[in-house]
Amino acid sequence: MPKIKLPTKSPHIDMTPMVDTFCVVLTFLMLTATMRPTDPALIDTPNSISEKPTPDNNIMTLLLSNDDRVFINFDNGPDTLLKYRPKILALMGGRYSIEFTKAELREFEKYPSSMGVPILKMKEFLAAKGNKAKNVFQTGIPIDSTDNQLADWIYCTRTINPNVQTCIKGDSKTGYPTVKKVLDILKEKNVRQFNLITSLEAAKINIAEIQQ
Amino acid sequence: MAEIIQEEKAGGKKKAKKLAPHIDMTPMVDLMCLLITFFMLTTVFSKPKIMEIILPDKPTGDAPKISASRTLNIVLGPNNKIYTYPGTVNAEDYNNLPPLTETDFSATGIRQKLLERNRTLAKKIADFKDLVLTGKLPLSQDSVLGSISKLKKDDDTGPIVLIKAYKGANYGNVVDILDEMNICGIALYMLVDITWYEEKMVETAAGITPSAAIAQK
Repeated sequence: MPKIKLPTKSPHIDMTPMVDTFCVVLTFLMLTATMRPTDPALIDTPNSISEKPTPDNNIMTLLLSNDDRVFINFDNGPDTLLKYRPKILALMGGRYSIEFTKAELREFEKYPSSMGVPILKMKEFLAAKGNKAKNVFQTGIPIDSTDNQLADWIYCTRTINPNVQTCIKGDSKTGYPTVKKVLDILKEKNVRQFNLITSLEAAKINIAEIQQ
Repeated sequence: MAEIIQEEKAGGKKKAKKLAPHIDMTPMVDLMCLLITFFMLTTVFSKPKIMEIILPDKPTGDAPKISASRTLNIVLGPNNKIYTYPGTVNAEDYNNLPPLTETDFSATGIRQKLLERNRTLAKKIADFKDLVLTGKLPLSQDSVLGSISKLKKDDDTGPIVLIKAYKGANYGNVVDILDEMNICGIALYMLVDITWYEEKMVETAAGITPSAAIAQK
């Protein structure tokens, strides 16, 4: 019996549908993407049952890391053309008689993540190239009563952007004394309403127990 | 299309066949794969949530009178412990401070204690939420929240919780206890500064000697 020889052909796979799906997914992801801003310190936020999402703009975020450093971040306002960030830095520099050049203000405007630099080191911080070199200067904003730069930052931010909302993003291991200091500074600056950034976690509540 | 174009055997006459032009899409697909992976990894789908806190204004005039029987003091201690005591303490009688009850953040700990004290209001809120969930009471999200806050405002049986934090406590404890207030539907709670006698009470209860407490911070 002669063997039936099947012609060896490379299989043809039509990839059009796959390419189409890819295109759709890619477009979706590109349009919805908001880049995850990298924090200068690792922050493990505590959990809560709150379901309110963080506002998109007009926020000032105070970052409390578990080694008791304090960082601050604020956005450019609802429109990037408003250029709140460089204005805040210029005002802050004015309070410490530091003149920032245009290039430095531009650098500060572009810097995407939280900043924890004493104002006197700010020029060196802005001149540093790359995140690694910059992070060397991130020693935390001084919050002592003798050198309370955090209060000045809060003051400047609220002067430039009166609609700013305050958020506190703290690591769950941050010691209470630091938290209290920051809360006291906020109170002193008349910030009485603020938001704590948390991760969502469902809570189980025993209804039967209540109805006993 | 990512097709492997076979070489046509050139046999005999060469006929100019009309073929649809084949474009090799493999590099494009590769690139798209790469981009999708990149975007998927960098996208944040779930935004972080926020918990609103409103600190009280500076007191003007007389301090509001609150009955001691409704007051529950919660002191956040070191090592994720919670100490509670009811009522008030006479600071002059500092050699004879009342003992603290120790609990923790588990569901059978502080949550049970708060629910016991807040049973009437918690039941009202739970019943109300039940009505909304089962569809017997069609309401929008805003009016649900409004109704719950009205229930809380009208309540006069639940505890008034004073939250204090010892210096050994951490930020996570503070957020957890505030969250616990929301879970249990406590109408009145506030974050206040710890007093020196409460610090002393925690130190006694947790077995911290004052010198160790100084060394701790």
